[in-house]
Formats: sequence, structure tokens, C-alpha cells
Amino acid sequence: MTALLLRDIRLAVRAGGGFGLGLAFFLIVVVLVPFGVGPQSELLARIAAGILWIGALLACLVSLDRIFALDWEDGSLDLLATAPLPMEAVAAVKGLAHWITTGLPLVLAAPVLGVLLSLPVQGYGPLVLSLLLGTPALSMIGAFGAALTVGLRRGGLLLSLLVLPLYVPTLIFGAEMARRGVDGQDYTTPMLMLAGITCGTIALLPFASAAVLRVNLR
Amino acid sequence: MASLWEYANPKKFIDTTDKVLPWVSVLAVLCLATGLIWGFFFTPDDFRQGSTVKIIYLHVPSALMAINAWIMMLVASLIWVVRRHHVSALAARAAAPVGVVMTVIALATGAIWGQPMWGTWWAWDPRLTSFLILFLFYLGYIALWEAIENDDTAADLTAILCIVGSVFALLSRYAVLFWNQGLHQGASLSLDKEENVADVFYFPLLVSIAGFVFLFIALVFLRTQTEIRARRMRALLARDRMEA
Amino acid sequence: MPELGKYAEAVLSSYAVSLVLLIALVVFSWRRSVRVKNALKDVERKRKMDV
Repeated sequence: MTALLLRDIRLAVRAGGGFGLGLAFFLIVVVLVPFGVGPQSELLARIAAGILWIGALLACLVSLDRIFALDWEDGSLDLLATAPLPMEAVAAVKGLAHWITTGLPLVLAAPVLGVLLSLPVQGYGPLVLSLLLGTPALSMIGAFGAALTVGLRRGGLLLSLLVLPLYVPTLIFGAEMARRGVDGQDYTTPMLMLAGITCGTIALLPFASAAVLRVNLR
Repeated sequence: MASLWEYANPKKFIDTTDKVLPWVSVLAVLCLATGLIWGFFFTPDDFRQGSTVKIIYLHVPSALMAINAWIMMLVASLIWVVRRHHVSALAARAAAPVGVVMTVIALATGAIWGQPMWGTWWAWDPRLTSFLILFLFYLGYIALWEAIENDDTAADLTAILCIVGSVFALLSRYAVLFWNQGLHQGASLSLDKEENVADVFYFPLLVSIAGFVFLFIALVFLRTQTEIRARRMRALLARDRMEA
Repeated sequence: MPELGKYAEAVLSSYAVSLVLLIALVVFSWRRSVRVKNALKDVERKRKMDV
């Protein structure tokens, strides 16, 4: 399992592996927002938490098809299916690899981008914590979506259509947690719900993703 | 008593539904006409909502069917995954567009009703928002069926999507409630207690709901027949291509 | 026509939209059913002739 994880991370970080893609997209979205809504820092400060969450979510979305597509194309996925490692573990590890190479960098970039959006000082902690708790869920849900569309030639748009509704609960609780942190309110409830969603997706979605991959590899 | 599973046989399904479909259709038309005409022409205006209360005869049944259609798709998907009856998978596929139309009607009538009541064409009220999310789930499900060529692969993938999607749909419902405590009147329709919807509105509403239910059943029977035939045709054409 | 008052637009457009959508759904489903039924009949007939 560790071997697979390290291999995927190495592949993602290599040139052409798309490592910086998610981060770059995150930056672009955040930079576009003031052009869209105007530069007044009071307005930006109010919406910063939500915008950062949406930016991170979209940046994850953009990098999802890489989770399985490359291995599908060169036949490695077939090999992984016949390996002693259960498909559920493969799906889980690939989700983890996606989080390490895409989600985690987004979490680290968020405070920096928060400066661009006049994020209030007390919001930084809750925002980073909410992204840290929520991005693994985004990766696992995204892996499920990627598995569904792995065989399709131009499945990118369909992947977005399938995954975005699944992202809604994570986004709602994550952004609410960050927003309450910005306002200085107690954010325990959304935090617990968010953590619950992440734990649930990590525990259960690999089974669904594995089932989907087995169907597609038939 | 003959087992329900006999109808999993495609030919038997088509033969039986051929016999039943005219009756269900007639029932649908009768109930819809009765409910809507009664509600539209023969009920008073509401104290607070004026004549817009007449919209409930469309809004409530379509919203109920939008949800029930998805539940039926979920059950059909589970049956496909467990017992591999093709009719079940095809019935789920057939029901989805009906569910979409019901969702759109619920959204449109909800928005139109909301305009004079809340002063805005759209409000991110939890109920309306949940239906918008449901609409997206339906679209994804239908799009996935359309995107995959192999019938069995498509049936399997869409079934898994429906099952996983149902969990998230439920989760979304609670997330949305958490996100916005909205404008809708509380649970105003309960089949046991009629405390919030007065009797005079209640009975035509029940008839309308029955009409929508029969319409749904008739459409699903008809569309599943079509899917069965289409699948058979694809199989025959594929066989011809191989024999050629 | 009942006295709809100031909400006439809202009520009438709700009914119009809903009925148009329902009728469109029924018509499309029916026509597709007929089309596929006939196409299948054609394919089956041709197979019988080839055999």
C-alpha cells in the first residue's frame, strides 16, 4: 500500500504530473473574485471564507480525472486489479494520494490567499482547520466520481456534474465553520458534522469506488 | 399467489403492463382532471395567500412525486445490484426523466408561488434548495446512462451512483436545513393530521396527488416497455453485426 | 373563471407551465414508444426473412 502511495505521489509531482495545477487554479479563482464583485475590502472580508472554500473545491475538481485516468490508459489499473491488494485499498490509497498532492497544498495556500481577500484575523485558524478537515472528503468523493467516468473519453464535464452535488454537504459545513470562525462564534457543530462527513467518506466510499472500478475493468 | 418476481421477466412485464396501462392511464386522467378542476374552480381563496393557494394542487403532488420517483429508482437500483433483473435497471432508467419533470414543476410552481408571497422570484429556502440539488442529482444520473455504451456497465454504474447519491441527497437535506432555516410553512401536509391544510383544500389535494401517482405509474410502465424493446433491438443488431 | 384577483398571473402561469410540461412528457414518451416498437418490429421481421 505504501508503495502505491509513494508511486502516485511521485508521479503527481513529476513534470507533467499536474502537481501545481490545483494550486494555480485556486490562485486564479481567488484573484478573479475581486474583479467580479468589486475591490471593497469590507465586502471581500465578509465573503472571503466562502470564496476560499469554493476555490479549494473547484481546484480539487479540476484535478480529479488524474486519479485513475493515467493508470487506466496505460493498463496499470488492470494490473492493480489483479494484484494482491484489494481494490478498496487501491481506491483509498489513490484518494489519499490525491489529498496529499492536491488537497493539502490547498490547505497550506489558503491563509496566503486569505490575505488577498481581506480575511479577518480571527478567521485564519478556523478556515485552515475547516479545509484540513474537509479536503480529504473532497478527495474521496472525487475519487468515486473519477472512478465512474474513468472509461469515458471526454468525461471531464460529466465528472463535474456528478461530483458537485455530492460536494454540497461538505461545502455547507466547511464554509459555515469558517464563517462562524470569522465572526468569532462557536463553530463546534459544523466542525463535528464536517469531521463526520470526512470519516464517513473515508470509511465507506472506497467500497463504492472499488465496485465501480471493478465494473469498468470488466 | 404468483411471485412479484415473475414480472422481472421482460416479456411478462410487457404483456402485463400492456393490459394494465389503459386502466392506469384512465385513472390518472380522471384523478388529475377531478383534482385540478375541483381545486381550481370550486375552492375558496385562502385568508393569507389569496388565490395562490390554488397552486398547491400542482406544487405539492409534483414535489411528492419528485422524491418518490427517486426512491423508486433507488429501490430498482438495489434490486438490480442484488438480483440482476434487467427490467429493474431499465425501470430506474425510465423513471428518471419523469422525476426530472416533476422536480422542474415543483421548482417552477414553487418559485412562481414565492414571488407574490415572499416578494422574490427565488429564495434559498431549504425546501426549494433541496429540490434544486435533487434536480442536479437527476441530471447526473441521466447523463451517466447516456454516456456509457455498454448496457450492463451503464446499469451497474448508474445503480451505484443512485445508491451513493441517495445517501448524499439525504445528507444534503439536513445540511441545507442547517444552512438556512427557511420561509416555508412548517410541515403543512401530513396524511394523518390535517392541522395546517384546511379540509376544504385537503380533499381536492388528495385527488390531485392520486392523479400524479397514477400518471407516474403509467409513464414508468410505458417508458420501461420502451427501454426493454430498445435494449432487445440493440442486442439483435449487435448479434447481426457479429454474424455478418 | 374564478375571481383570482391580483394573483391571477401567478396562478395561471403555474397551471400553464405544469400542464405544458406534463403533456410534453406524455407526448414524448408515447411517440418514442411507438418509434421503438416499430423499429424493433422491423429488425425482427428482417431477421426472420434472413433466416
